[in-house]
Amino acid sequence: MKFALATLLAAGFMASGALAAEHTVSQERKKFSERKMTIAVGDTVNFVNNDKITHNVYSSSSGHKFDMGAQAPGTAAKHTFSKPGKVKVRCAIHPKMKITLKVE
Amino acid sequence: MTVADRITRGAAALTVAILLNAPGAASATTAGEKAVEMSRQDWKAEYVRPSEVPFPEENPYTRDKADLGHKLFFDPRLSGANYISCATCHNPSFSWGDGLPTGFGHKMTPLGRRTPTILNTAFGELMMWDGRFDSLEQQALGPMAAAAEMNQQMESIVEELKAVPGYVSLFNLAFPGEGITVPNIAKAIATFERTVVSGVAPFDLWIAGDETAIGDAAKRGFDLFNNKANCVACHSGWNLTDDSFHDIGLSDDDIGRGAVLKTIVKMQHAFKTPTLRNVVSRAPYMHDGSLATLADVIDHYDGGGKQRPSLSDDMHALKLTADEKADLIAFMRTLDGNDPVVAVPVLPANDQSPNAWLRRVSPAAGSGGGEVSPECRVARLHLRPCTPE
Ligand code: HEC
Ligand code: HEC
Ligand SMILES: [Cu+2]
Repeated sequence: MKFALATLLAAGFMASGALAAEHTVSQERKKFSERKMTIAVGDTVNFVNNDKITHNVYSSSSGHKFDMGAQAPGTAAKHTFSKPGKVKVRCAIHPKMKITLKVE
Repeated sequence: MTVADRITRGAAALTVAILLNAPGAASATTAGEKAVEMSRQDWKAEYVRPSEVPFPEENPYTRDKADLGHKLFFDPRLSGANYISCATCHNPSFSWGDGLPTGFGHKMTPLGRRTPTILNTAFGELMMWDGRFDSLEQQALGPMAAAAEMNQQMESIVEELKAVPGYVSLFNLAFPGEGITVPNIAKAIATFERTVVSGVAPFDLWIAGDETAIGDAAKRGFDLFNNKANCVACHSGWNLTDDSFHDIGLSDDDIGRGAVLKTIVKMQHAFKTPTLRNVVSRAPYMHDGSLATLADVIDHYDGGGKQRPSLSDDMHALKLTADEKADLIAFMRTLDGNDPVVAVPVLPANDQSPNAWLRRVSPAAGSGGGEVSPECRVARLHLRPCTPE
């Protein structure tokens, strides 16, 4: 019984592990490469700063708040979206840089 | 829905704006990374007016909401002592500022920063000099509750407005089935604010192809703005702002956006780039009101600003000649629009039924109004505090 449960759990983890995808969004010319994106719960988005200036990635959507601080040129920062909902993400330095993520 | 439908006032001016809008020119890129060699004609394409005023999905435009917001914006009963309205500081006669270096709030409390305009905030992103609010809706409730500004108890504002019969029906019209609530107050005010859009300026006519609309000095000023003086690095697009935050090296100790983004060096002393639309009407300038004239502003940029780690990489000593400075100012003068005149609205009258004034001034006292001492009645009429008994 114990064994079966462990296997089931492991299977469950593997399944969700296999489903959780990683998406890449580029920050270029003071814009995110996408304006909108639909991702699955548990997916990770990798924000890559391909600009020559510092950016930031944050959200103040309720229930989904995060802030990745200063993001130097050439660096990347990852965030995992663990709850469903509409998450408005932007750069706190250049707030015209916006992307809306639909987490389903 | 056309813009003319959406906008309750200034409909004519905005229709002109659409007609002026050259098709296909709307997809302007950010100015910062432009190739150095751009002709005047290329630059002009970056300044074309948008054809629509954006309203958010969460709070779409309706005429009833905008009309209600117009009244609320001008209504001093939104403040704790019922004498300060949004328009006291955001005065349409001063292009929606107050003409002061820094303004005054409740009981003449001096404010820490200069009152910015609300002109074209529909096109903005984050609100306040330091960007601490995410939207106009969120912003609207800030000053009402702020002790230094309007000093309003948010719990009682709904009661106070309910005591004004006219507002009950206006809210029911604008928000069917919901009526007077704090979020609806914010939504109505934000909708009104989004209708405050600058009119077609001589500059817009020139962008649209009328070579006679502005003089040669202003045209030279435009070239300087986009090249040698590098103003466009921050004041980009038709609204002459990138909506971003920069330290331009003013020497006060307000850290601006640095208080919100503590760990980002370039955000220390950074403030939101203001629009330059109608800028001649809004002296004195900057978040601290420290520069009295546009000439002082140009001199500040010419000097390159105070050197410190946070100073924007786009700030350099410019070495402008006297003529070049004059040309830049001539250019900025062409941004003064033929703005629609905003009427001072007729506000819903105070209730005249017995004790109604008491309920309005002090909702708690109003309910037991019959027992209030004559001293307290007089005190409250003069908006002085009074403890019953
Ligand atoms: C006592 C003066 C005063 C009153 C009253 C006042 N404001 Fe302001 N307002 C200011 C000041 C000062 C700021 C800038 C504060 C800061 O950035 O820290 C501001 C900022 C704003 C902004 C942000 C503009 C931008 O571009 O970021 C908006 C919008 C605004 N006020 C709307 C309102 C509304 C709506 C009301 C009424 C509910 C109101 N204000 C009442 C002084 C006032
Ligand atoms: C590095 C970005 C940047 C550059 C370059 C820049 N500005 Fe500014 N400008 C700003 C910011 C940010 C403010 C507000 C600063 C503050 O109050 O602390 C501002 C304020 C102003 C104001 C005052 C507006 C008001 O309502 O207070 C004027 C006028 C102005 N700039 C004109 C210019 C001109 C002309 C140039 C070119 C010579 C220029 N700017 C270059 C970012 C910039
Ligand atoms: Cu950025």
